[in-house]
Amino acid sequence: MWPLLLALVLTAGLIGLSLFTGVADITAPDGDGGEFLWITRIPRTASLVLAGASMAMAGLVMQLMTQNRFVEPTTVGTTEWAGLGLLVTYILLPESGIVGKMAVAIVFAFAGTLVFFVFLRRVTLKSSLIVPIVGIMFGAVVSAISTFLALRFNLLQVIGGWFLGRFTGIEVGRYEPLWIVLGVSIMVWIAADRFTVAGLGRDIATNVGLHYERVVLLGVGLVAMTTGVVTVVVGALPFLGLIVPNLVAMVRGDDLRSNLPWVFLTGIWIVTLCDLIGRTIIMPFEVPISLVLGVVGSAVFIAMLLRTRRIRVS
Amino acid sequence: MSADLGIRPSARTTRSFADPAHRRRYRFALAALIVGAVVITALLLCWDNPYVPFSERWLRISRMRVSGVLVVAVVTFCQAFATVAFQTATNNRIITPSIMGFESLYVLIQTAIVFFFGVAGVSGFDPFTRFLLQSALMVVFAVLLYSWLLSGRFGNLHVMLLIGIILGTGMGALSTFLQQMLDPNEFDVLAARLFGSITNANTDFLWFVVPVCAAVGGTIWMLSKRLDLIGLGRDISTNLGLNHKRQVMLVLTLVAVLSAMSASLFGPMTFLGFLVATLAYAIADTYDHRLLLPMAWLLGYVALGLAYFLLKHVFTLVSAATIIVELIGGLVFLVVILRKGRL
Repeated sequence: MWPLLLALVLTAGLIGLSLFTGVADITAPDGDGGEFLWITRIPRTASLVLAGASMAMAGLVMQLMTQNRFVEPTTVGTTEWAGLGLLVTYILLPESGIVGKMAVAIVFAFAGTLVFFVFLRRVTLKSSLIVPIVGIMFGAVVSAISTFLALRFNLLQVIGGWFLGRFTGIEVGRYEPLWIVLGVSIMVWIAADRFTVAGLGRDIATNVGLHYERVVLLGVGLVAMTTGVVTVVVGALPFLGLIVPNLVAMVRGDDLRSNLPWVFLTGIWIVTLCDLIGRTIIMPFEVPISLVLGVVGSAVFIAMLLRTRRIRVS
Repeated sequence: MSADLGIRPSARTTRSFADPAHRRRYRFALAALIVGAVVITALLLCWDNPYVPFSERWLRISRMRVSGVLVVAVVTFCQAFATVAFQTATNNRIITPSIMGFESLYVLIQTAIVFFFGVAGVSGFDPFTRFLLQSALMVVFAVLLYSWLLSGRFGNLHVMLLIGIILGTGMGALSTFLQQMLDPNEFDVLAARLFGSITNANTDFLWFVVPVCAAVGGTIWMLSKRLDLIGLGRDISTNLGLNHKRQVMLVLTLVAVLSAMSASLFGPMTFLGFLVATLAYAIADTYDHRLLLPMAWLLGYVALGLAYFLLKHVFTLVSAATIIVELIGGLVFLVVILRKGRL
């Protein structure tokens, strides 16, 4: 219990730090610090927490269902599909509001992830490392389609802006849809044991009386929803879902339910820290968080790969 | 496409072709590609030129288009030769220099130089010296990094491939990160160098790039017989008296030079090399590099040239030419992996 409490204190500290970081001084007695706090700081920090925790969770659920440590929304193309969906709404239904865009993005993310799952099942790729390779290429193909469409319809800037995950424009009135992922996270919490069992593989899961297909569909649905919402509001957050569950599993093993709070917290820490770096390093400007995540994430990922490699050799 | 990429018993003979029919097939394919390349070149140079053929104005427009054609030719040459040689050196048909992040490395080095030395520091050199320095740095780093990666300590192919892909992504993110931290003036200077397409390719140094590519490509061509040996794998080629490691390093260096040239001219392209190498193996159906290399180049030239022509004159979307080729290349990559079910 104590470690968790300590972790919560750390999280609170980081959240506080995030609230007080910025160009405007919100503690100044005169001036409009309070307004800043309510209009941008709190929404921003809230969305950091929501996006960080939920993308880490999405990675965990996907890794369980594919029984593969290297799978997450950005390595199987879920994010790219969500982006394609977003683009399609810009082209076909330019009048639709953020909720409509989000719905389409979620549908695309869901369909794309299912396609990938079917792919995997049909070819039964044995090596765990081929799965992310195929996934990344799959994502690259989808994003090439997006880029082509964007060029055709002169939306290149939209897609470019979308692809860079960032929390810069987050303020009251723009970020509220993110609260949806809170609901999704609660559902994952409720279904946690079922995902754990599904993670043992189809045969075992079926043997112990689990409706395997249904659980996988539920999992893909929840992941797609999270990815769709986060992608539309914030953008792509690379490597987050990959690194967090792996770090947690390295320390704590594989029980989903007791790991879940740690996955949420670690997700929040990493996102908050990367955002702090991005915000302070070129004050008063900002570096989009996806770039910080991309640099940090790829370094951690490679370190993890080399580590598993060394273990397997020795 | 006969995508049977497995080793056929017939291909193990020392001759390049299994039988006369095979040779005829190769020659026919080569001839068809040459005709295709000539037609594409003619179309690219002459199509939609409003003036009287061979009048002065007509010639002027055609001459302006020559640099576009040259860019297509040089880029496909670099990609084809680099990829085929790289695949042989690493003894694998899936990985290519671009998938392993060679070009992201180039972009990163370019960015890092501007970032650490500033525009003032960089413009102290004349542009050509800078270009040379950057290319040299790229070659050195690439050889160091990839000889470490490929040197068997992490010799598991999948680990290596995944590390390569992630390295590419990471270096891409790092470059963009550094670019965001540059001030806008510096960024403009850099951006002019980095984002290429056929129409705004960086043609300033074409006079230098073309001979270098010709020399390096020529060297690879001369090394064909040695490449054939390297392709047999470390053990067999060592048994046959080849210093395998040294030869692989040599090939990697040449590949790094070609990749640097292609990236400096054009910007990163991931799947073009893969596409042409895979198709060349499927069509030529041989392991003789002397036959493979020109086939791969011609295929690349016809593919990129055709995409460029169609998108320029039929769909008026010229900047999408590379995207289309990339898209097709990516799809072929997926199909190859999925059909084999393994790497």
